Amino acid sequence: MSAPGRYDIVIIGSGAGGGTVAQGVVPLAQAGKRILVLERGPRFRDQEFTGRELEMASLLYADGGAFLTADGTMTLAFAQCYGGSTVVYTGTSLTAPERVIRRWAVPGLEYDDLVSRSRRYLGENNAHHLPDAELNDNNRFFARGARAAGYAVEQFPVNVKGCLGSSLCNLGCPNQAKQGTNRVQLPAAERGGVEVVTRAEVLRIDADRSLAVRVAPTGAGSVGLPSEWAPGEYRVEASMVVCAAGTLGTNPLLLRSRLPLPPSLGHGFTCHPALILVATHAQPITNDVGHPKSFYVNRGAEEGFVLETCMYFPFTTAKALAGFGPLHSEVMQAYARQQQILLLSVDRAATQNRITIDRNGQPVVHYRYTPEVVAELVRGNRAAARIFFAAGATHVHAPFADPPLIAARDAGRIDQLIEARHWKPGKQSITSAHPMGGCPMGRSAADSVTDAWGRVHGLPWLRVADASLFPDALEINPYVTIMALADRVAEGIRSDFARNATA
Amino acid sequence: MLVSIRPMLRAIGVTIVPEAQDLDEREWLALEEIVRGALAPRPRALQRQFVLLVHVIDWLAVLRYGRHFTTLDPARRQRLLERLQNAPLLLIRRGIWGLRTLLLMGYYCRPTAARAIGYGADPRGWQARA
Repeated sequence: MSAPGRYDIVIIGSGAGGGTVAQGVVPLAQAGKRILVLERGPRFRDQEFTGRELEMASLLYADGGAFLTADGTMTLAFAQCYGGSTVVYTGTSLTAPERVIRRWAVPGLEYDDLVSRSRRYLGENNAHHLPDAELNDNNRFFARGARAAGYAVEQFPVNVKGCLGSSLCNLGCPNQAKQGTNRVQLPAAERGGVEVVTRAEVLRIDADRSLAVRVAPTGAGSVGLPSEWAPGEYRVEASMVVCAAGTLGTNPLLLRSRLPLPPSLGHGFTCHPALILVATHAQPITNDVGHPKSFYVNRGAEEGFVLETCMYFPFTTAKALAGFGPLHSEVMQAYARQQQILLLSVDRAATQNRITIDRNGQPVVHYRYTPEVVAELVRGNRAAARIFFAAGATHVHAPFADPPLIAARDAGRIDQLIEARHWKPGKQSITSAHPMGGCPMGRSAADSVTDAWGRVHGLPWLRVADASLFPDALEINPYVTIMALADRVAEGIRSDFARNATA
Repeated sequence: MLVSIRPMLRAIGVTIVPEAQDLDEREWLALEEIVRGALAPRPRALQRQFVLLVHVIDWLAVLRYGRHFTTLDPARRQRLLERLQNAPLLLIRRGIWGLRTLLLMGYYCRPTAARAIGYGADPRGWQARA
């Protein structure tokens, strides 16, 4: 086992959290501190983002985007590469809802502070509303249908620069237009003296502040750059360790580490369980060109769901549809006429929903759908159907209806046709791209894992800086809030080092 | 692994995606290669369960209709898989979901199938439509 020396700060993960912390500690690097980012996935060359569904899903996502919950009723999508999940999100840039932060009631976490930090990253990442001329029919129909159905529609700011409208955001932008940490914060950190090592999996953190790290080799013919370090096992010593490997990276890492950690570790898992909903129009519409996600309807406070525009690739769409056979094929054959909506339930932390590890130290996500989540999915499915029909759809495919295809002539019977009794776990495709929680912020080790600055209770040298920190669901797309919280973590680290320097 | 269940897998595949009946041998092999590639990194136990499920479907066809699944007409194949999809046991439902998902992946991740349904996303975006 090699020893690459001692680092002052080791950051595990390079996504919204890790990338932000890496950039935030550049002043320390410039002052001579040794800072290292360890990223489990590879660093891809620009030309390797081909936009091909199977190829990119296999390269970018854990388990190809189909990480299954313990009972196999939901798939979780999260990326493992330089930039983490910021490489595969759509760049929708929202600040946290005030009511959510107040409900979290984390001592020392003020809404105004979170908003001001969020605004900084909205600017840094070039978040803005796309002009009307760049919106495709899929997005326009959603806005038109939602307004006609009586919903308040909002436009997403998206963090793109030079977007060509490939619609391939979720497969990694082939034009490098999306301003994820791979484009903004990590390059800035590297220019500032932070070292980034890819293909480097942290197996364990020990109480002596050393990390067991395994660097994977580059397989023959595989894509992505080789690791900056030679393949092999390493022991890395650190003064401070920041866990920012995402909810499904940080939680299992801490669970398999030999540390005296608070008992709530792994608890409070939420994920915004989602359904991809599809409708068909009489004529082809522009749907697989242009940014896929421009509008949303937020009914989180009132009805427990959020509707967002979306457009997925052929297999992802086929998987999302209920059933199989001729009816399923009929909808797939109408791909060029499809309108799609993503429905997210704003689930709440529940006792039974948590992360554990198996005997190999790999994450196991225990998730049971509460009656509230099922009710939210039903309400959201009905709302989406109303929007589809108001936009002129001839048929709506509703996974919570049986049979799932509803014709426009039955638009007045949506509430009777879409019902919870048609839902069976393991039958419909439920997905999640927002895993959250497990290391909640709070007052003490009795009720949480960290304080409001991501300091692990009882282990001040250990920090968390990703969505694991959320004590409950955020109820919107989370990356900006992750960056704002990570910005606080970086500030806390800078303060600690400054204090130690003057002590 | 898939060779041993190939006729059954193809019969199920045609039930899941009726257009698959038009695939030639080369296209079937491409579909199967995608399924094999998706299963390869999964645990051995799961791979065995996949093969077992395919055999169970065949046994159930014999029990219910007195004929192997491969010799059933399309309507009976569809009905049998729908019953299993709605089975009271979660284990069965999620097994069918997994089998269906793999076959949908094998079919729709082929570029020819994506083009056939009108999918035209291009890295050049709007410029490619000009």
